[in-house]
Amino acid sequence: MSAETYDGRTIADGAATGTVLRSTEPISFYGAVDIESGEFIEEGHQLEGENVADRVLVFPRGKGSTVGSYVLYGLAKRDNAPAAIVNTETETIVATGAILGEIPCVDGIDVSELEDGDRVTVDADAGTVTVLEE
Amino acid sequence: MNLTADEEALLESDNPAVRKSMELLVRLGDIYGAEEMVEIASAQASGISYKSIGDPGVEFLEGFADEGAEVSVQTFANPAGMDIDRWEEMGVSPEFAENQRRILTALREMGVTLSFTCTPYLSGNLPRRNQHIAWAESSAVSFANSVVGARTNREGGPSALAAAITGRTPKYGLHLPENRRATHHVDVDASLDTQADFAALGSWTGRIVEDEIPYFSGIDDATTDDLKALGAAMAATGAVALYFVEDITTDDAPPAAVESLVFESSDLADEYDDLTDTEDSDLVVFGCPHSSVEEIERIADRVDGETIEGDMWVCTSRSNKTWADRQGYTETIEAAGGTVLSDTCNVVAPIEEMGYESTATDSAKAATYLPGFGNQQVKFGDKLSLLEEVTK
Repeated sequence: MSAETYDGRTIADGAATGTVLRSTEPISFYGAVDIESGEFIEEGHQLEGENVADRVLVFPRGKGSTVGSYVLYGLAKRDNAPAAIVNTETETIVATGAILGEIPCVDGIDVSELEDGDRVTVDADAGTVTVLEE
Repeated sequence: MNLTADEEALLESDNPAVRKSMELLVRLGDIYGAEEMVEIASAQASGISYKSIGDPGVEFLEGFADEGAEVSVQTFANPAGMDIDRWEEMGVSPEFAENQRRILTALREMGVTLSFTCTPYLSGNLPRRNQHIAWAESSAVSFANSVVGARTNREGGPSALAAAITGRTPKYGLHLPENRRATHHVDVDASLDTQADFAALGSWTGRIVEDEIPYFSGIDDATTDDLKALGAAMAATGAVALYFVEDITTDDAPPAAVESLVFESSDLADEYDDLTDTEDSDLVVFGCPHSSVEEIERIADRVDGETIEGDMWVCTSRSNKTWADRQGYTETIEAAGGTVLSDTCNVVAPIEEMGYESTATDSAKAATYLPGFGNQQVKFGDKLSLLEEVTK
């Protein structure tokens, strides 16, 4: 199996390698992720019980309260932030949080191409996501 | 986006808050298709109440201040979740007050003026025509664009703060003259007699035109307070950031070849019904957006010597309250059982925690937000008729 690279758009600079945690549902960070632990606490959400810290968090887009930007910032301050964020389309709530929290973020990626557990490198400066070989 | 050498330098700044602010503005500019930045004359920061931003917001503001965030243009702050001095009397909990104080301290550290008002234009942050500004607070955005003729998009809390720090905002949307043209013609075929009538017209129009630009004709006269109420309502039921009123805010003729609407007396009456879902109220609130001194005077005149049943808040800025105190209006209103609060309002104060379940108001903006933000049932009416009911 050869490495596959997807081209997207830079939202927040930086680069990171990590394991994919994927949601096919949009995410509202406010009320959904615990800043103190990075745990996903929103009841009924497909990521409930998972931990976003150091994962490459892959989801279609953000939703909900604009306070979500501050949650991403708070996660970053406590070293509980995702290693990187990959979206289909990053709206302003997630874009703001990723930039303020300095979390590498890329959008314009078909999130169905990335599987839970894939090892990927997100090069946000170049706007690319590369799935690493097993 | 084309950046100047100065702007490139801001992106590489040693100050992390400046660097992140610039990066945020550049990305937002990319997302919205801006080709360049424009320098701004002032900012209005929102997301100031602890009720609105919670612990994550406190943490952000403190963290950003620690990282060296400092505003470079005049920046006013939106209302807080409590009267800074009279919070205890309001019934706000000490925990809430402590968190609100942390926000206040972080804002002061960043150089933000602790105005705590949604009507900065009545309190010393008044732009001029065609000036570029970066304001959050939808009602203030509408007033600045429409009545003053300044130019701002509807900013969010972080983007307004980033603009305040860097002194710039991406040039797109309402910063460009070609995007400031009316898209709808609203012919007002109803008599607008009170400020609440203007609010009702705004609430009806906002729902229909959503984020577009209405031009009103058929309005003979409108006070500054009437226009404030009209714009606030349209920004709440819709996302209207700019409107025109023939012969009042503009000398331009009505737009040709745009969608036409007629607002009739029956629409006005229906709007009062739509905004009302209870006949009783625990609390009567005026001052959304914040009351002018003239509105406070009118309320004082009406309740002079009377006793108000239940609670009544008149919300305003600290600066307006100073004049109300001096004129004796505050004393008159409080002798009747009301309270004149500064720095806050019923939308951003934790009113549901204070035990209130229903609110009467002359603000269509408050009537729109209170069911969701404050878990309130709402009665909408004009000042004098609401006061008539609580003083009889």
